[in-house]
Amino acid sequence: MALALDFPKVKAIVESYTEKVDSLIDSYADKKEELISLLQDVQAEFNYLPRDVLIKISQKLDIPLSQVFSVATFFRAFSLKPRGRHLVTVCLGTACHVRAGQRLVDKVERDYRIKPGETTEDMKFTLETVNCLGCCALGPVAVVDGKYESQMNPDKLDRVLRGCK
Amino acid sequence: MVEQVRKLLEKRLGSTAELENLRRSILRKREPSRTCISVCGGTGCRASGAEAVVDALIDEIERRELQINVELKETGCHGFCERGPVVVIRPKRIFYQRVKPEDIPEIISETVLNGNIIERLLYVDPVTNEKIVYEPDVPFYKRQTRTIFGANGEIDPTDIEDYIAVGGYSSLNKALFQMSPEQIIEEVKRSGLRGRGGGGFPTGRKWQSCRDAEGDIKYVICNADEGDPGAYQDRSLLEGNPHSVLEGMIIGAYAIGSHNGYIYVRNEYPLAVRHARIAIEQAMDYGLLGGDILGSGFDFTVTINKGGGAFVCGESSALMASLEGKIGEPRAKYIHMSEKGLWDSPSLLNNVKTWANVPLIINKGAEWYSQIGTVGSKGTMIFSLVGKINNTGLVEVPMGITLRQMIYDIGGGIPNGKKFKAVQTGGPSGGCIPEQYLDTPVDFDELTKLGSMMGSGGMIVMDEDTCMVDVARYFIEFLKGESCGKCIPCREGLTRMSEVLSNITQGKGKREDLDILEDLAGILSGGALCALGTSAANPVLSTLGYFRDEYIAHIDEKKCPAGVCRELIQYSIDPEKCEGCLRCLRACPTGAISGEKRKVHTLNQGMCIKCGACYDVCKFDAVIKQ
Repeated sequence: MALALDFPKVKAIVESYTEKVDSLIDSYADKKEELISLLQDVQAEFNYLPRDVLIKISQKLDIPLSQVFSVATFFRAFSLKPRGRHLVTVCLGTACHVRAGQRLVDKVERDYRIKPGETTEDMKFTLETVNCLGCCALGPVAVVDGKYESQMNPDKLDRVLRGCK
Repeated sequence: MVEQVRKLLEKRLGSTAELENLRRSILRKREPSRTCISVCGGTGCRASGAEAVVDALIDEIERRELQINVELKETGCHGFCERGPVVVIRPKRIFYQRVKPEDIPEIISETVLNGNIIERLLYVDPVTNEKIVYEPDVPFYKRQTRTIFGANGEIDPTDIEDYIAVGGYSSLNKALFQMSPEQIIEEVKRSGLRGRGGGGFPTGRKWQSCRDAEGDIKYVICNADEGDPGAYQDRSLLEGNPHSVLEGMIIGAYAIGSHNGYIYVRNEYPLAVRHARIAIEQAMDYGLLGGDILGSGFDFTVTINKGGGAFVCGESSALMASLEGKIGEPRAKYIHMSEKGLWDSPSLLNNVKTWANVPLIINKGAEWYSQIGTVGSKGTMIFSLVGKINNTGLVEVPMGITLRQMIYDIGGGIPNGKKFKAVQTGGPSGGCIPEQYLDTPVDFDELTKLGSMMGSGGMIVMDEDTCMVDVARYFIEFLKGESCGKCIPCREGLTRMSEVLSNITQGKGKREDLDILEDLAGILSGGALCALGTSAANPVLSTLGYFRDEYIAHIDEKKCPAGVCRELIQYSIDPEKCEGCLRCLRACPTGAISGEKRKVHTLNQGMCIKCGACYDVCKFDAVIKQ
């Protein structure tokens, strides 16, 4: 059987991404100081910071790669690894902590065998923790794909995750 | 294109008179007696489903063709997040809580059209069991003084005209045309305003030193990198009333002679970013930002910068490093940021709440402002009252109110009849205050005396089920993760502290550990580079001071009195109470529970991972945690 890959199509996708990345980086050409915000834009596009893009940023904006890398690893918001289709963020702020937010993390760790910062093998879920989402009145809080889930318990979180395709 | 430019020019306010004319025409258009349904659209209420409530309201209002008679407003955070989604029907201010989309047709037909109250949506006072109809009568609001936060419930944060209608930008007007920069700084000094971000530095003095600093270029920065876990008042203000923050910043910029400003806001606050962005655009359109503001000849622009999620970036020098596109490492501050800050230029950085206080001071005067509060701390403070408390949410109170009034009168006490243990103030750099100090007036100096601090205004209430050793471990663990690693006392000291505390919570602690903790605390406070490190030991020192017996119980008896530390507790099933319902058996993730229907279940300790699932699901209190 012939390989079912449609090469022209793949090529087109790759090219469109290259174009997108180039124009994104170029739009920061005269504002090198906004590196953090450029990295945020890249992450919004790819869900993580691909190695090639970091190298490209360094070359195009003439910032040492070491500096790009140090910023990309210093801030919590950035991930250097691809993340799953569904992002599960559990808040571990003080208010959520005293209302047993940690047990939500335990539940996901146990059921999906991933620790915070890791992604399941099938790329379905990435688990992350955050130090406060500012919804302290509703804790414990988890955010699944951008949707805030309030007053959670392990059981409720389980139901939400089962609903993810 | 020409049409757009013409429209923009029309909007642009070129003078005081034009601003006042606009205000009058907005107010003329508004009928105070017209029904206005305001739905809280803050992040908290959105998490509870406010958007669906708004959609249902739009549909219902359209279906009944009530658009002319009924106004719908999605406002910022009202503060009472626990009860969300919150709906207030003006002008009477009927207060409905936990509203669902299904309730909307009834709200329209009964309350809006016929003036009847829907009993089931009313708030019930947990103390008196009384149903409360009107918003101002709710005890949670009644005992507050909402000078900064009050407008949040009245205005649509995405509509500048709403802000103008409640008197917005009149302070800017006064500052630009009736006051000199020196007079403004003098007014702020006399008001006694102190920085609301944590340090409590006198705001007027900071402004003065930035004005006096040499340099043609100066910056004004709003610190909205609210990293304190358990505090969210900055988010709510920026989300709910962004123009009040902008107005304060413009006045500050005029006072020190700055033309460029930044708002550094957490990336975790998408709604605050959006609303601040809209506010800046609208202020530009109306000539309240940009060139020649209100025809005064003064220019000022504001740029939004999203943080990368690092707690240390709330520290001024780290924040500015991050604004320059570098990693957020602080520097030693023998030269203040007000002299050499962003790009080595004098920079005036204040917290969101501090900026929002400025228009009020300019408008009502320093005398009026300094009447509120205590000798050393003037004005009001917004606290986030959270944790184990009945009425959780944001409360604005005059400085000097006691902790007891805050927790019991406004917060409605501790839920489920549990006993109060401590209140944690000041975020990770603060401390835990025990019951015997509940009558302490809350202000900058009093909290510091108790070994805690005001911080950004987080107030986390803890009950008898909270383990204080675990709380100390939690904060140290947090700070260890957030330490930038530049200075050794902080990087290594926190790592070591966290090891010691983890050992204690796991039952591996020794008496000497307590001395080690105290030693490390001294090294941190004496040797760390920035406030993150120097104050990092506060949670440990305050819990060691007030709750030493809990540490001792963990060390000597290998027991966690609150039943939190996993290694020191054990779950078991009480044969007297077990009904054999199989619920815990099904919930147990490791199969540690065995039994048959209607027969007493047993728990195999060897297989138990102490996740607490059985404890949660048991309806007969038959699972014992000890």
